[in-house]
Amino acid sequence: MRHLLSAGDLSADEITGILDLAEEMSAVQDRPVKKLPALRGRTVVNLFFEDSTRTRSSFEIAGKWLSADVINISAKGSAVSKGESLRDTVMTVGAMGVDAMVIRHMASGAPWQVTGWVDASILNAGDGTHEHPTQALLDAFTLRRHFRRLDGGDLTGRTVAIVGDVTHSRVARSNVLLLRTLGAKVVLVAPPTLMPAGIETWPVAVSHDLDAVLPAVDAVMMLRVQRERMSGGYFPTPREYTISYGLTRPRLESLRPDTPICHPGPMNRGLEISAEAADAASSLVLDQVAAGVSVRMAVLYELLGGAEEMPVTRAHEVLA
Amino acid sequence: MSGMGEAPNAGLLIVGADLVGAGQGDLLMRDGVFVDPSEAGADVERIDADGLVALPGLVDLHTHLREPGREDAETIATGTLAAARGGYTAVLAMANTDPVTDTAEAAEHIWALGRRDGAAEVVPVGAVSKGLQGSELAELGLMARSAATVRVFSDDGVCVTDARLMRRALEYVRAFDGVIAQHAQDPRLAGADACCHEGELSGRLGLPGWPPAAESTIVARDAELAALTGSRTHVCHVSTADTVDVLRWAHRRGIAITAEVTPHHLMLTTSELTGYDPIYKVNPPLRPDEHVAALREALADGTIAAVGTDHAPHARHDKQHAFIDAAPGMIGLETALAVLIETMVKPGRLDWAGVAERMSYEPARIARLPHQGRPLTIGEPANVVLVDPQARATVDAATSASLARNNPWHSRELPDPVAATIWRGRISYRRGGS
Repeated sequence: MRHLLSAGDLSADEITGILDLAEEMSAVQDRPVKKLPALRGRTVVNLFFEDSTRTRSSFEIAGKWLSADVINISAKGSAVSKGESLRDTVMTVGAMGVDAMVIRHMASGAPWQVTGWVDASILNAGDGTHEHPTQALLDAFTLRRHFRRLDGGDLTGRTVAIVGDVTHSRVARSNVLLLRTLGAKVVLVAPPTLMPAGIETWPVAVSHDLDAVLPAVDAVMMLRVQRERMSGGYFPTPREYTISYGLTRPRLESLRPDTPICHPGPMNRGLEISAEAADAASSLVLDQVAAGVSVRMAVLYELLGGAEEMPVTRAHEVLA
Repeated sequence: MSGMGEAPNAGLLIVGADLVGAGQGDLLMRDGVFVDPSEAGADVERIDADGLVALPGLVDLHTHLREPGREDAETIATGTLAAARGGYTAVLAMANTDPVTDTAEAAEHIWALGRRDGAAEVVPVGAVSKGLQGSELAELGLMARSAATVRVFSDDGVCVTDARLMRRALEYVRAFDGVIAQHAQDPRLAGADACCHEGELSGRLGLPGWPPAAESTIVARDAELAALTGSRTHVCHVSTADTVDVLRWAHRRGIAITAEVTPHHLMLTTSELTGYDPIYKVNPPLRPDEHVAALREALADGTIAAVGTDHAPHARHDKQHAFIDAAPGMIGLETALAVLIETMVKPGRLDWAGVAERMSYEPARIARLPHQGRPLTIGEPANVVLVDPQARATVDAATSASLARNNPWHSRELPDPVAATIWRGRISYRRGGS
């Protein structure tokens, strides 16, 4: 794997490989000493054009536990207004000789453009309203674990509802691509104003009626409602949104028992998700965060660990 | 005739060209006008045009020359050189320079620079509103009375959204037979971020959508205002089938509304955006196939009566941002005729007379240019482009006469039609020549 840009670039086998490796990586989290030597001497730059404490921290921890040198660069504001082009910014970082760039950018497509300018492996950590492939991987990891414990199965044939602002959600786009590849069914639930143009061409079911959808699903993913959408005329009031599309306590009770609840965070408690749902026994929100580190370790290892000139031991051999 | 006896005054004789597709003939030019070819002397400069088609010099209703203000992107000298290489003998220079062309002085400055540096006639377009701000009328009448004799007014780059301002502008320019050229984009439906045709691809790529209705609703409103005021309006860079339908409806009602289409909207589609290459970022955006087909049909039947390039040069660094942040626009003067031949002539939608009509006669009529877009007959201004209908070449952005390299045609094989351009009886471009 040269880059990780889109969840749609991964085959089912590749996804399974990453999730299996992430399972091995997650064992490290339970150890007193959490370091693996796998990426010793490798340099990973977290190049964040947009603030994201949790995603950046997750990548930073993942890199450090693999013994990579991890540098965080906040390039927020170094955009058009300050005069430096995206190309100049990434070429400057690239010229320092880094092995991988983890890029978060507020503009859709930025990581694709970057691959044309630098030699480093590019990892898309969220581009605008487009994709967030490691989020989809960590969601799949979390759900797969859940279903394995529940009935020994995986994601094949499961129905996952993704609820909320699909139009502006990179989490939704990557999850649709990844879940479909894994053989899951996806139902998108949102008011028509928050559905992307061309949604009818996506390989998903679409609904505007959350109550009709919930009893039949195997998992629910709630999407964050961005504050700017509330004033953007996408829906009349937060109150109406919550009553129509929020995972309220009554809706929580309408779910089949053990139906897992996911949320990429940060949560707007009381808006798209009630406190009862966020803190329910079936809520996997914190499992998702833990999975984030394991999955990102696996992805970094896939991108950087295979180089033949590197005296690395395969992670699972170290763990064995 | 000046009668100086020098070689240039012996004139220029084009021998054996197919005159606008109507059959072979000779063209003799002297002192900037066509004269009787039988008067050609022995010392006349000759161009053998056997196999070439002679068309009237092309007229571009929509050029961004960037001077004054962004001479790093384009100048009047380089932009008109690109025009000459594309077969153009006149370009209308859009008003969104820095400073904006919103006074007689600013218009005369560009007009004078054109006379000094131009390889083609440079006709300033005046702004409709002061500073393109859309709130107060610019000095339309003074620009019209200036040495630049401005007749086309446009806030191109932004839409005149205020219906009352648009109405007043239309009424006001009636006094001097002006025309308001509208950049039709409702900013509430397609805001500053909008950069991808709203549809399947914008949803998938996560790019802010630009719905066709943001264009067609403004065009419908402007048609009504043109009817109300009895004035002339012109639609810049029509990009959608929806707008074509509105234009047909307006024409049935006899409303004086004309329209132009760009070469890129005749050939390139939304699918170019999948790689997020800002070269393909343009406003209005590239549209899907069904719109491209409708635009070709509308240009063929005259619903869209003119081609305008929207030649929009940008400094390289302004295209090296993320797609959403990059400057919109693409250059097109040098390749416009090539694209017209590929999309309209080869498939039989337009003949050479049709090309002359859409790219020369009609643009000159819309802009009220007395010395452009005239037939190739004795006494008329000697503006000619010699077209080689067979030649093809792979476009190389690096060899462009434009300073800019935001060339979406780079590395594509297209017709390479322009053998020579003659402006006011003098060669302004000749392939392989000096």
